[in-house]
Amino acid sequence: MLKSREDLDNIRSVYAKTLESQKAKILVCAGTGCVAGGSLVIYDRLKELMEQRNIPCSVELEKEVHHPTVGIKKSGCHGFCEIGPLIRIEPQGWLYVKVQEEDCEEIIDQTVLNGVHIERLAYQNDGEICKKQDDIPFYKRQTRHVLQHCGQIDATSINEYLAIGGYSAFEKALFEMTGDEIIHEITDSGLRGRGGGGFPVGRKWEQVRRQKEPQKYVVCNGDEGDPGAFMDRSIMEGDPHNVLEGMMIAGLCCGANQGYLYVRAEYPLAVSRLKAAIEQATEIGLLGDRILGTDFSFHLRINQGAGAFVCGEGSALTASIEGKRGMPRVKPPRTVEHGLFDKPTVLNNVETFANVSLIINNGIEWFQSIGPEKSPGTKAFALTGNIVNTGLIEVPMGTTLGEVIFDVGGGMRDGGKFKGVQIGGPSGGCLTEKDLDLPLDFDSLKKAGAMIGSGGLVVMDDKNCMVEVARFFMNFTQNESCGKCVPCREGTKRMLAILERIVSGQGVEGDIELLLELADTVSATSLCGLGKTAALPIVSTIKNFRSEYEAHIREKRCPAGACSKLKKIEIDAALCKGCTKCTKSCPVNAISGKVKDPFVIDQAKCIKCGACIPTCPFHAIREV
Amino acid sequence: MKNLDNVMIIDGMPVEINGEKNLLELIRKVNIKMPTFCYHSELSIYGACRMCVVENQRGEIEAACSTVPKSGMEIRTNTERLRKYRKNILELLLSNHCRDCTTCSNNGKCKLQDLAMRFGIDQVRFPNTAAEPKIDDSSVCITKDAHKCILCGDCVRVCNEVQNVGAIDFAHRGSKMSISCAFERPIADSPCVGCGQCAAVCPTGAIVVKYDFHKIWRALDDKNTKVTAQIAPAVRVAMGKELGMEEGENAMGKIVAVFHRLGFEEVYDTSTGADLTVLEESNEFLKRLSEGKADMPLFTSCCPAWIQYCEKNYPELLPNVSTCRSPMEMFASVIHEEHKPSARKHYHVAVMPCTAKKFEATRDEFVLDGKNPVDAVISTQELIQMIKESGIIFSEIEPEAVDMPFGTSTGAGVIFGVTGGVTEAVLRRVSSDKSKTALAAISYHGVRGMEGIKEAIIPYGDRRLKIAIVSGLGNASALIEKIKSGTHYDFVEVMACPGGCVNGAGQPFVAPDGKKQRGDGLYAADKMCSTKRSEENLLVMDMYNGVLKNRVHELLHTNYVKRGE
Repeated sequence: MLKSREDLDNIRSVYAKTLESQKAKILVCAGTGCVAGGSLVIYDRLKELMEQRNIPCSVELEKEVHHPTVGIKKSGCHGFCEIGPLIRIEPQGWLYVKVQEEDCEEIIDQTVLNGVHIERLAYQNDGEICKKQDDIPFYKRQTRHVLQHCGQIDATSINEYLAIGGYSAFEKALFEMTGDEIIHEITDSGLRGRGGGGFPVGRKWEQVRRQKEPQKYVVCNGDEGDPGAFMDRSIMEGDPHNVLEGMMIAGLCCGANQGYLYVRAEYPLAVSRLKAAIEQATEIGLLGDRILGTDFSFHLRINQGAGAFVCGEGSALTASIEGKRGMPRVKPPRTVEHGLFDKPTVLNNVETFANVSLIINNGIEWFQSIGPEKSPGTKAFALTGNIVNTGLIEVPMGTTLGEVIFDVGGGMRDGGKFKGVQIGGPSGGCLTEKDLDLPLDFDSLKKAGAMIGSGGLVVMDDKNCMVEVARFFMNFTQNESCGKCVPCREGTKRMLAILERIVSGQGVEGDIELLLELADTVSATSLCGLGKTAALPIVSTIKNFRSEYEAHIREKRCPAGACSKLKKIEIDAALCKGCTKCTKSCPVNAISGKVKDPFVIDQAKCIKCGACIPTCPFHAIREV
Repeated sequence: MKNLDNVMIIDGMPVEINGEKNLLELIRKVNIKMPTFCYHSELSIYGACRMCVVENQRGEIEAACSTVPKSGMEIRTNTERLRKYRKNILELLLSNHCRDCTTCSNNGKCKLQDLAMRFGIDQVRFPNTAAEPKIDDSSVCITKDAHKCILCGDCVRVCNEVQNVGAIDFAHRGSKMSISCAFERPIADSPCVGCGQCAAVCPTGAIVVKYDFHKIWRALDDKNTKVTAQIAPAVRVAMGKELGMEEGENAMGKIVAVFHRLGFEEVYDTSTGADLTVLEESNEFLKRLSEGKADMPLFTSCCPAWIQYCEKNYPELLPNVSTCRSPMEMFASVIHEEHKPSARKHYHVAVMPCTAKKFEATRDEFVLDGKNPVDAVISTQELIQMIKESGIIFSEIEPEAVDMPFGTSTGAGVIFGVTGGVTEAVLRRVSSDKSKTALAAISYHGVRGMEGIKEAIIPYGDRRLKIAIVSGLGNASALIEKIKSGTHYDFVEVMACPGGCVNGAGQPFVAPDGKKQRGDGLYAADKMCSTKRSEENLLVMDMYNGVLKNRVHELLHTNYVKRGE
């Protein structure tokens, strides 16, 4: 139990020494993606093999080192999810990709025991072998600050977190800084909320600090509901202590003694890692009453969501914690004055809190040196879609879209042609070829009619139908609308209905105008952010790809060839020999003709199942 | 000197801000009525219908109900964008709503109709996806139809915030959202106490008072049945604009005349029954006081919604509730007994401002000779419907007096209909000072007024009686908690409807300032009564030697049932 600053410094150097003494480290990626790929099986196998070969290995950092060991650790998400499961080997900094259970023996015998690199497990960049993680273009072009611990340390161990200097920002804030100084540091750094709003964090904390009400709260929004976004998940899974540290610093300078982490229930691994982290921190006295012998007390609690995207909205989130129906409420009153349980509340996103310790440790100038002036720092993005390198990345704010897609992302996959990027999930707009030079920061994107949102980036090529993209996101939003206000509840339903008609070939002239009219009403009059941004995918896809909508409506044709209901299956009369083989395969008797003459598919009957296509020995049947 | 620092601009006009809670109130000051569905001045701000949106000088759109007026703000209430938004919102609501207005009981009394007409909606460009009629008919007090709900949330807020009953709330999410009881049970199986305030605030026909008057037409048509009626005090002052009356105008004479025309053979005033209640309840009260029982206070029992609320939530308090029946039931017992010797069938109707009385009339505890003495309870709304259906021009009909043998009542009886009335009537009875000044003194002791919780200290002999008067079940609940934590009262009057029976759910809809006028109408009626104290009603006093002899407890008192899970 740590009772003083000295205790903390001592224990830190003890664990640092132990960590340093490890002659090798195996960091197995244990983020949800690699776990799904079998990384925990690999972890167990590696451990088993080392025990069999009598290699001293340690799973946890001990206080005393009897002899150097090989550390085997479950780390946070390494980020290159496309080629997982991933293992990093220290001290060399080698990265092994697409590891299988069968590879474990070789890894132990060759790499761990003899320090030999296994080429076939390394990433290959156009034939060139990249031994080290830092050699890989995907990583070279990133600036992993917030994500630095993910892949570097054991995500389940407070000892390791301390060993690499963890909780030193909290220590500095607690013992060397006044509340005002902490807030000035955060304010002057220019940190803006990473959840999507981009609100200046220091200003928010100052507003809470100013409130005279003695009971205050700190709440971390870990609800990350955007489909395809997993930045917050990776941070919570991979570096939970950093999140706790950020919350503790917020509590310290704003006068809150109780914090809540609201994590969506669909992230069980994040919940369990955070829970373990809270237990570990409480056990050694970094959380609880009179921390490290000071007057500061701070307690943390985890509340799980229950499957509602709308509970990522601040007032719906606090309602949910209070046990009420998760519906946003009108503002005023604002959360900083009357938030959780009607008390002044600091409500910030996971990634925002994760930035706090970096700023306190490294200073204002360091933070400001990254990214543009009004949008300093880095941003984590979840890069998905038809791109070569999918995964979790972190780049300085202001990196251009083109750099992200082509330099980090490795460009389009399977020879696809770049068409657009959906940024910001269901609340976001799409960016196209003309936007490739657009810097990714809050203000530039707002000017372009899009928003960074939480950081999901879905890359699309010419085979993606933009109308379907709009329909997909509107379907999501409609499902997740809480139902309170008329424009969102009814408006999203109607917009979805129109889009569904369009993609199934039943669009009529006037639909685009009606969509835009509804979009305007819903955006302008909805009560909360969900409704206000729900129509963005529609508006931006119409703006950039109006011709696709028109083709669906006027020609009943999907230019990308994606909308199944608009597919047409035709028999090429030049190739058809009238052999009748296809007619037998048709479940609805849509094919007819005279024997030895070209046959014809009745488009009105055809259900586009495609069963006829492989039956033709002359390859005369095609999808057009 | 106008305060020029606290000024904002509305539609180009400077308006002084004087502590208005929101822009909606301030805009009313410049004679503009913003359209709303979900706004209710007595409920929390919900901000869901988005009809009251306004546009500021930066082109931002805000809801007027939830925006606090600030000096220097500039807004417009009627721009092209705002008109488009309001029309779109109406179109969206209408496309999901039952549009069979001609067969709806709320035809002509519906806010959705009003606003659709106001904004000239002439097209609904979306397919009609109105919910299947989902009628919950289980309650005898109200009828709920999901088909007609626009999810404004007013019913949920009044049930939870004002009445503290919480029988209904939102269920499900998004476009599948609906108002329902827990686990979608029928209303009759829920904590509902029948107060009907949900129906009183519902802007459409989704929750309405249960209409029973078709039964009465049938009874009136039957030559072998003698149909009698009693009319509650609160009804006579709420006949309202629909029939050409002013709010608070005493129309009792006209109502009696109409009833005579329709075929009611005997029409009485429930105030007579109230006199009986005063006599019985005063006895009960004085008995408890003299016995020095620790289990004070004595709670009144004439409000059936309060009784159900007590039975479901505070059964431990039932021994403190007066065993007196309500005026309606006491009077019905007497009228039933009076009619018993006759060979003809007897059908007794009570006209009440209330929905809960419909439930009270079915209580087993009141059964006499195998049936409830009240055959049907109709609300003021239903009375108005019957008058309209009959074609009688109410404003022109000449008033008539109530019938005998029970045609006298006192001012004490008539004030039962307003909050504080029962208490004032009881105090007039128990006070040993029967002078005129004593009467005036009682009325100034704080028993009158529309506040939800009133307290009064009344001298009685060498004691000082501590009285509390609450209206609105939320206020009742708060007072009960106070009592449980040690605060002492001798007598507590509870009315479930805020403001008392004049604002019962069965009354026609009235704006907040109309409510006080109704109460004032009853006090005016009291002024015109020669007898002010219930014991001065010689006819009623005589009953003790006649129909009530040896049967006081059986006919006028009751017991209560512990309800709930």
